[in-house]
Amino acid sequence: MDIDLILRVYPFFLQAAWLTIELSVLTAILGLTCGALGAAARMSRLAILRWIAAAYVSVFRGTPALIQIFILYFGGPQIGIQLDSFAAGTIALGVNIGAYMTETIRGAIVSVDRGQTEAARTLGLSRWEAMRKVILPQAARMMIRPLGVNINALIKGTALVAPISVIELTYTAQRFIGSTYKPFEMFLVAGLLYMVIIYVVGQGIAWLDRRARIQ
Amino acid sequence: MGLDFSVVPGFFGSLLTGAGWTIAITVCAGILSFFGGIVFAVIALYGHWALRLPVRVFAFLFMGTPLLLQLFLIYFGLIQVGIDLPAFAAGVIGLGLHFAVYNSELIQASILAVDQGQYEGARTLGLSRGQTLRRIVIPQAVRAVIPPMGNNMIALLKDSALVSVIGVMELTLAAQQAISRTYRPFEFYLAAAFCYYIINLALEAVLRHLERRIAASR
Repeated sequence: MDIDLILRVYPFFLQAAWLTIELSVLTAILGLTCGALGAAARMSRLAILRWIAAAYVSVFRGTPALIQIFILYFGGPQIGIQLDSFAAGTIALGVNIGAYMTETIRGAIVSVDRGQTEAARTLGLSRWEAMRKVILPQAARMMIRPLGVNINALIKGTALVAPISVIELTYTAQRFIGSTYKPFEMFLVAGLLYMVIIYVVGQGIAWLDRRARIQ
Repeated sequence: MGLDFSVVPGFFGSLLTGAGWTIAITVCAGILSFFGGIVFAVIALYGHWALRLPVRVFAFLFMGTPLLLQLFLIYFGLIQVGIDLPAFAAGVIGLGLHFAVYNSELIQASILAVDQGQYEGARTLGLSRGQTLRRIVIPQAVRAVIPPMGNNMIALLKDSALVSVIGVMELTLAAQQAISRTYRPFEFYLAAAFCYYIINLALEAVLRHLERRIAASR
């Protein structure tokens, strides 16, 4: 193993890791937003909303995220959407993970016992009040861990913007493999940084989960 | 530049060929990930430490890093050590190993969940440790994880698009080649997405059928 080389290139990787973190945070925010809206639409009383949300989940989970990124970045200009690679990557990844989060959030809400809704409605709460005051607080606790699984996948998924030349960890590794012919070293440097990011985020989610359970 | 889907039918043949290769990669990598998953699980649980340690480290590295990074490692790493595999083989190995690690986690949990009485019964009947694992425990453990492994297969199908990056001629790369000749990315990537969606639906139907058959055979 070429330690000298690793010491020489790692500042570039550190910089790339920041971009991976930025990508992850923005994607997570967008994904959670899409997921919350998607779950609300999926359980709406309006059939058209339910249908749209079901189609969203099916299409975005049924096709590769890489293709979704390519359609937005390369195909976008044809329909008047001109985005730089970072923005296109973030939006495509966020909407993609949002489809998975839609199902996670809906699953947690559905898993709250039906009797809870019935009891709340009997006590005179409106449908919305019952959801907000009774169901959601319970569902929120249950969805932390599965959303953590989505976020773990999302962090690794940010590598998919490497092919559209966003200079994040995987792109940087690819470039240095090309110029140094040391694939194993570059894999280790990038891989360890990914694992540090995933570990820290995982600890944060575990902490949230513990806190939610105490209450 | 608006949209013009009339260019797509001209490349119907090459997209279809690409889709065929996507299916071939998914099937080959799926088989590798299935048997690789069983082997990794048995080593991780019962192997000698000299085998167990590298398998654990490998699983740790592969679960914590992106598939695309692993594909670069395998493709360029093999070249570096003098093994010049065709891109297709490198893609199958990369995808297969990646999902073998995930399958192994499922199978390990499932092996540990097999009732202790099954071991005792088999040993009482005179089966050796190896026979007990091979004939009694693993068949039950694997059968129990077919549904979650099916989810991994669906993920594998979609992730097979990533091997286009190391030059495997499949659906995504077929679309890219059509684009380089027509400058119509939107139309061709959408066509590719449509093909993936159809293959995905077919795979889901096959998996559902398989699950029903397994449930019925119990």
